[in-house]
Amino acid sequence: MTEIEIFMKFVEEYRDPELGKKLLDRIHKRSRKPARLMEFCGGHTVAIFKHGLRQLLPPSIEMLSGPGCPVCVTASADLDKAIALGHLPDVIITSFGDMVRVPGSRSSLQKAKAEGADVRIVYSAQDALTIAHENPEKSVVFIGIGFETTAPTIAASILQAEHEKLKNYYVLSLHKVCPPIMKAILDLGEVNLNGIICPGHVSVIIGSHPYQFLADDYKIACAVSGFEPLDILLAVDRLVEQIESGQPGVEIAYRRGVKPEGNRAALSLMETVFEIGEANWRGIGVVPESGLQIKSQYEKYDAGKNFKIDPGPTHEPKGCICGSILRGVSTPLECKLFRETCTPEHPVGPCMVSAEGSCAAYYQYGSNK
Amino acid sequence: MCLAIPALIKSINGQQAGVDIEGVTRDISLQLTPEAKVGDYVLLHTGYAISVIDAAEAEETLELLKELSEAGT
Repeated sequence: MTEIEIFMKFVEEYRDPELGKKLLDRIHKRSRKPARLMEFCGGHTVAIFKHGLRQLLPPSIEMLSGPGCPVCVTASADLDKAIALGHLPDVIITSFGDMVRVPGSRSSLQKAKAEGADVRIVYSAQDALTIAHENPEKSVVFIGIGFETTAPTIAASILQAEHEKLKNYYVLSLHKVCPPIMKAILDLGEVNLNGIICPGHVSVIIGSHPYQFLADDYKIACAVSGFEPLDILLAVDRLVEQIESGQPGVEIAYRRGVKPEGNRAALSLMETVFEIGEANWRGIGVVPESGLQIKSQYEKYDAGKNFKIDPGPTHEPKGCICGSILRGVSTPLECKLFRETCTPEHPVGPCMVSAEGSCAAYYQYGSNK
Repeated sequence: MCLAIPALIKSINGQQAGVDIEGVTRDISLQLTPEAKVGDYVLLHTGYAISVIDAAEAEETLELLKELSEAGT
């Protein structure tokens, strides 16, 4: 096969409208029992809205958006820490783009930058390492947000800093892991789910085994999905099959990227640098064993341990219901601020800032469902 | 945030690789995919390859999609 033919196999053919229509017909014919499905990942939320899939599914299937947007679930208190670090002298803050616009209790990284803090948007932790090399007299702090997809890349950057004997690179680890928060949301008892579309690129790293408890203990159907429309329809089809047969399990509907055992090299890097600890989730609170902290042997890279900061008291934006949206309890349409005072230009809460946030998706694609 | 896109490996130098993303070239890290070879497609996330895309599985899933579509209509 030529390079173009191979690329078509990975992307274009998974957007074939004719095949999509036939799959939808099949789902309409087979779905009989009411099925409440949550797409955990913000990337899936965007893909579902962009392709109008919610409207095309049968009335028996209800789709809910989950908390799978790392920017959205970063607690105000943690954001306040990042902003306080930015106000320290001789500190350069490096961060992924969306994060700088999220309002904390009193400010944002963007506002801190306007006030004189050195805040730089990077595409990769590798860029943060480069900035550290170029500014040996400054301390370069990377704001480490992200799930299991991103955490191994940050682990790799810390090991690279160690290898290169870099003395001015630090990470504020706000990393979070997905299976424990799925359990926490189910244990809250606020949402009744029949199926979960499991995150595709988190699963590239962790594999499909960590979701088995959802099928075994909670009787919830699970399918790991890719991000093209046919990937998502295939995942929905697999979930419908499991729900109709009354046999929940864990299936991979994204086999070109995801193996049951995950990416062992990436898991090993992550385990070398991080250990499981508690994490503070916006709208949910502190959840034990749902975050990644830097191990003591690498604590010289831990921004949380090497700088003295006073982030001040935490305030949540008044009227913002991002918390209950992230738990799948409310939709953006139930928020009084939505489209009124809260817009992508002037976001009040994080779910409107991130392109993958539910509020931004509802706003952008005008859904009323 | 967990966005990852297919990129074709054109060259490898140690743990770094030169890739082509729909005509755009850039350097990426192979620290998470030491098994990647020139000519492989990888899923690229924030400058790091997070997996080598399995071309045979991609084809099989397309076949499955076609089978399901035919069986369902």
